[in-house]
Amino acid sequence: MFEILVFATLNGLVTGLLLFMLASGLTLIFSMMGVLNFAHASLYMLGAYFAYSISLYLGFWLGLLIAPLLVGVLGALIERYGLRRVHQHGHVAELVFTFGLAFLIDEAVQFFWGPDTKNYQSPDVLDFPLFTLFGQEFSAYRGFMIGISVLIFIGLYRLLTRSRVGIIIQAAITHPHTVANLGHNVPLIFMAVFGVGSALAGVAGVIAGPVLTTFPGMAAVLGSIVFVIVVIGGLGSLAGALIASLLIGLLQSYAIASNLGVADLLNLLGLEFSRDHPLTDLWTLTLPQIAPILPYLLLILVLIFRPTGLLGNREQ
Amino acid sequence: MNIKKQKMSYFSSALALSLSLILVQPAFSQEPVRIAFMDPLSGAFASIGNSGLKQLQFAADHMFNAKGGILGGRMIEIVPLDNQQSPTETQLQFRRAVSEDLRIIFQGNSSAVANTLNSTITRHNRRNPGQEILQINYSAVDPILTNEQCSFWHFRFDAHAIMKLNILTDYIAENPAIKKIYIIGQDYSFGQVVSDNSIALLNAKRPDIEIVGNEFHPIGQVKDFTPYVTKIVASDADAVITGNFGADMVSLARSIIDSGLDIPIYTFYAAYDGITATLGADGVDRIHLIHNDSGNPLPSEERKEYYRAFKAENPGNDMTQPRILTALQMVVAAMEETQSTDPYDIALALEDMRFTTISGEEIWMRGEDHQVVQGLHLSVHTDQDVEFDADNSGFGLVTRYSVPAEETVVETSCRMRRPRR
Repeated sequence: MFEILVFATLNGLVTGLLLFMLASGLTLIFSMMGVLNFAHASLYMLGAYFAYSISLYLGFWLGLLIAPLLVGVLGALIERYGLRRVHQHGHVAELVFTFGLAFLIDEAVQFFWGPDTKNYQSPDVLDFPLFTLFGQEFSAYRGFMIGISVLIFIGLYRLLTRSRVGIIIQAAITHPHTVANLGHNVPLIFMAVFGVGSALAGVAGVIAGPVLTTFPGMAAVLGSIVFVIVVIGGLGSLAGALIASLLIGLLQSYAIASNLGVADLLNLLGLEFSRDHPLTDLWTLTLPQIAPILPYLLLILVLIFRPTGLLGNREQ
Repeated sequence: MNIKKQKMSYFSSALALSLSLILVQPAFSQEPVRIAFMDPLSGAFASIGNSGLKQLQFAADHMFNAKGGILGGRMIEIVPLDNQQSPTETQLQFRRAVSEDLRIIFQGNSSAVANTLNSTITRHNRRNPGQEILQINYSAVDPILTNEQCSFWHFRFDAHAIMKLNILTDYIAENPAIKKIYIIGQDYSFGQVVSDNSIALLNAKRPDIEIVGNEFHPIGQVKDFTPYVTKIVASDADAVITGNFGADMVSLARSIIDSGLDIPIYTFYAAYDGITATLGADGVDRIHLIHNDSGNPLPSEERKEYYRAFKAENPGNDMTQPRILTALQMVVAAMEETQSTDPYDIALALEDMRFTTISGEEIWMRGEDHQVVQGLHLSVHTDQDVEFDADNSGFGLVTRYSVPAEETVVETSCRMRRPRR
């Protein structure tokens, strides 16, 4: 039991931190521009595919460097020539715009790279077990994933709270007009933030591609869960996004690791049902079976009892 | 502007009329035989659907159209219908097939879709006598389709899950080193069938084998399989059985390999469409596949020729499902025999048809339940002795264990309602 607990924690950490990398960009963009970017997960997928193509010629490490830059530039262009024009028609137009963009990117990926799973592998340097615990290996690449996510969190946090740029960004979130009157170029800041947010999604794609397989459905698998994290963490809160990401990563991991089910609950109450019962599917439901929908359950609970999210303060 | 448009339309209809007057005689006798191909051509499962479409298209062109067509010179036209592997979209596409008078539908991916199509067709055919539609199922393996839900209008050209599991468990039972088995699958009809029947068959054949895990996960929703693999490691299993396909299959295998667990994985669909290339060297001698199309060495020169011809035309794709060709050949044989394209005539001719495939094997379409009876093979993922690889990766399937057709027969509970004419 102990070994499962240890590995469930490690797995939860890897997933959680990966989700954070996606959610951080999304929440940053939302807090600044009020735009829920539905195409965010598609940018994550683009990151993986760009890196895959680059890695064929220049190797993994240059892919890790170049692919996020490409995605970032693409993001900035989307903001400059797409969102900014749509912006004057209000939030609904923006939502529809990013929604359409998500479809467009998904189809483009299938068009250029085809519908097959891509053979995108982790670099040979990291192709060794970091440590072996209770007979199970923990690959160095997963350790690398954790490391890079933590670095990004620290970097972002310091940038936003300690640097001059961060101060201007934070001011632009709450008082865009005042910041503009002080002589700062607010549209440029918006564009930069959108670009950086997209680049973060790109990084997530690059490092997730080899582990979670690079295929055209990879955006759909993560797309909805990222929104759940942003809402649970509190829209616009970086620390909230981190907590929510880890919470969801660990929650899913523990749920899968457990073997509890409705049957155990009924046993506890001294009840038992035969297999012929019409609701037998319900009695035999287990926690691992419903693990992937737990985050949505949590989302509903948070929306009912704490609509601002864990660390959100938008109501003020 | 309007007048101009009207003039144009007068002109074009006059042109069409005169053209049709000239062409009507030869055009009538050369009218193509249209066959629908309904599978996911977009969305998450598009890769399997598009690969199937290419194979059916090639089978029609290479085997029949290039040789002067069928039924005295008629060409076969394949009409792709994209159902996105969703039962709802399948209903819409079925309506389209009806309105375009497509009477034969090839469909294979997802048993859920096949079940929907099966019941839709049965209802449609009952209500519209004379306009029946035939379902040619080349891949959906839920046993129910040729058992409880069997239909006169449905023919299956792949062995169903229980037939495959029967052979797979025979193979496992012969291996005394396997004492503990972990079953993991997608949480829908096919995954449940694999789990229930693996347990029942193993209990009967090797009561000493312990089922140390029986796990279901939502289909296409799992980001990372490592948490599941942690449980497999902790359970001390000697082998894994899974019915997963597509990305769920790759991710599961990759996670098992990454964890350093060196045990055989018995699968149904762990090859081709990018999966073989992605598994690469890590999967060698670990990934096993139970399937009806034997792997390397290919059994006949004719099949090798056909494979090479397909590869020459589609360098990026593989001949993953030769049974698509077999299905088309048998349907055409039924048409030639009855000199008819009417689904009722075709269905009657297909019943109990015996047919020799390009692999040189004689297979039998059992009339009782419309289930094909053919040999089954267990192959392993490797790079040794691979004449025909998959995904151009150098890796491919080599058959380790083959069972002739007569030994794969499984009883059926089908009580078919036959339409009267």
